[in-house]
Amino acid sequence: MEWFNHLSLDAQNDLWVIAVGAMTNTACALVGCYLVLRRMSLLGDAISHAVLPGLVVAFVFSGSLSVVPMFVGALLVGLLTAALTQTLHRQVGVPEDASMGVVFTSLFALGVILIKRYAHRVDLDPDCVLYGLLEFVGFNLIQIGPYEFPRAMLSVGLVLALNTAVIAIFWKELLISSFDPALATTMGFRAGLVHYVLMALVALTTVASFEQVGSILVIAMLIVPGAAAHLLTDRLSRMLGIATGIAIGAAVIGQAAAVWLNTNTAGTMAALAGIAYLAAALGSPRYGILAVLARNFASSIRVVREDLLAMLYRLEELNIERAMGWPEAARAVGGGLLPRLALFSLKRRGDIRRDGAVLRLTDSGRSQAKLLVRSHRLWEAYLVQRLGLPPDHVHEPATRMEHYIDRGFQEKLADAVAQSPLDPHGRDIPQSD
Amino acid sequence: MPVPPVEIHDMTVAYHRKPVLWDVDIILPERKLIAVVGPNGAGKSTLIKAALGLVPLASGKVEIYGQPYARQRHLVGYVPQRESVDWDFPVTVFDVVLMGTYGRLGWIRRPGPRERQQAREALAQVALESLAERQIRQLSGGQQQRVFLARALVQDAQIYFMDEPFAGVDAATEQAIVALLKQLRERGKTVIVVHHDLQTVRQYFDYVVLLNMRLVDAGPTETTFTNENLQKTFGGRLTILEEAAEAVRLGKPS
Repeated sequence: MEWFNHLSLDAQNDLWVIAVGAMTNTACALVGCYLVLRRMSLLGDAISHAVLPGLVVAFVFSGSLSVVPMFVGALLVGLLTAALTQTLHRQVGVPEDASMGVVFTSLFALGVILIKRYAHRVDLDPDCVLYGLLEFVGFNLIQIGPYEFPRAMLSVGLVLALNTAVIAIFWKELLISSFDPALATTMGFRAGLVHYVLMALVALTTVASFEQVGSILVIAMLIVPGAAAHLLTDRLSRMLGIATGIAIGAAVIGQAAAVWLNTNTAGTMAALAGIAYLAAALGSPRYGILAVLARNFASSIRVVREDLLAMLYRLEELNIERAMGWPEAARAVGGGLLPRLALFSLKRRGDIRRDGAVLRLTDSGRSQAKLLVRSHRLWEAYLVQRLGLPPDHVHEPATRMEHYIDRGFQEKLADAVAQSPLDPHGRDIPQSD
Repeated sequence: MPVPPVEIHDMTVAYHRKPVLWDVDIILPERKLIAVVGPNGAGKSTLIKAALGLVPLASGKVEIYGQPYARQRHLVGYVPQRESVDWDFPVTVFDVVLMGTYGRLGWIRRPGPRERQQAREALAQVALESLAERQIRQLSGGQQQRVFLARALVQDAQIYFMDEPFAGVDAATEQAIVALLKQLRERGKTVIVVHHDLQTVRQYFDYVVLLNMRLVDAGPTETTFTNENLQKTFGGRLTILEEAAEAVRLGKPS
């Protein structure tokens, strides 16, 4: 710790803010992953508001803002929130989201009334509840043994340890009751019990984080890192790891950015988590918007490429002497950018070549085109013979379908239609090589 | 007489006070493939869920080999409806199959090499070894159903309850499932299946339970799955029972 003491007070405070922020964010993100997977993200929001009256009552009874009574108060009200929500939903038949909304707004309002009535002299003030006092954690240090560290670390460290321990010990129980609660219950892992354990963790995490980081950051960290991580992986352990990474990253960059922009630290960290989510939504390899666009583009250009090949094949088949040039071919499949890109791509692959101003299939292009036309005509034959469609109705559907028929499926089709070498329009069905 | 695998005695089940199954009394035979058949809303899934303790009984009792369910969990395997879980959940095929061992392990203990071996064997039995490391969303409907069956095999139960295992599967999967059910029967298991395809009942099942808010009949398929009984099960709505249920829900005579 020698190096630490040589830092300026400001720098020391910055590091403490980052440490407390990272621990809080991680504690929230870990339980948050399970909330996201159980589609209960908003229950975290609900509990983080609803614990307010619990905090006030705990304060009034104990006369202090110390950790233990606050934890007890929050825990009880947190469980009460979960229980009331369940009861309204199950017994009274209120939809789940509405019952959650009713319970947490009512309890939060009750908390506000209690503060104004009984606790107005203490610094449980609503602003602080919203934004927290993360900027100042470095100025409220306590000494334990030779070490001095922020008081906030005590409670936050406790819940971080608790959350980590519960997830590590009850990994299998949390997994099965989140994935398949009915099976979990039949096996004797009561899904209801696991639900309340999780709610208890959410309540404790919320309270521990509250005073330091405020409810905005708590809510953000309960939902956003988990939701972003879910987009980026399909393994639970990696999801927890990525969520932790986002939580810590948001703390480090958030503090730096907040100092630079001279603004609220908790808000900046929450906003950064939001940006991380946005990046995940855009960039996720499987679900991301960019990946979807890229896949759609790849698929469109493949279809145009295949249309071009099939068109050139039909021209050859008809023995049309006046063969087609580049701009004409592009126009024939719709014109615009995509056909031109498709032509370049075909040429680069060596499927077509220019013969003066004329486009011709190469051998490799011709054998691909042959398969496409075979698919097209087999599908037409199938539609006419098996589904009884009139022959003048089958060209369009076959044009769409030909791009999705592989060799195996081709053979199934060939078996399903009468062994005629001709399609319904009397043209040759090309044989596969 | 040996103790029957499942005995349901005078069972009534209600949702929000409204009875959906009335006074069901059945004793199911051992080592049989048993179909639970009835129209939509007849209470087929409810019968299974009530037997497994997933929904509370308004009255009556269920015994598994002569004991309450809670004591006999280890003898029972369950295959829920495929739509009942979130297939986007970040788990692999292998993870899901391994869950079948959780009940035997009890709280906290983790699956070890032995459990992993069992999961691999079960996957091989449903011909999905090659997909073990896939995320479950990437499977077809039939493959997903086979994952559930593999998980049930790993449970190594005496009695299996399966909720619509044939729903939305391709013909090949259906044949694979039937073959698997027959294997289970040969190994002395009793399998109770909620089934909606009347055409295949005779072909697949030894025993039927005909249900429509109450037990219409139960017995060997040969003698029980008759036109007359089907008429009773599917024909016409049971206006008297529906009215009675409504009266109970409202809490006053209708």
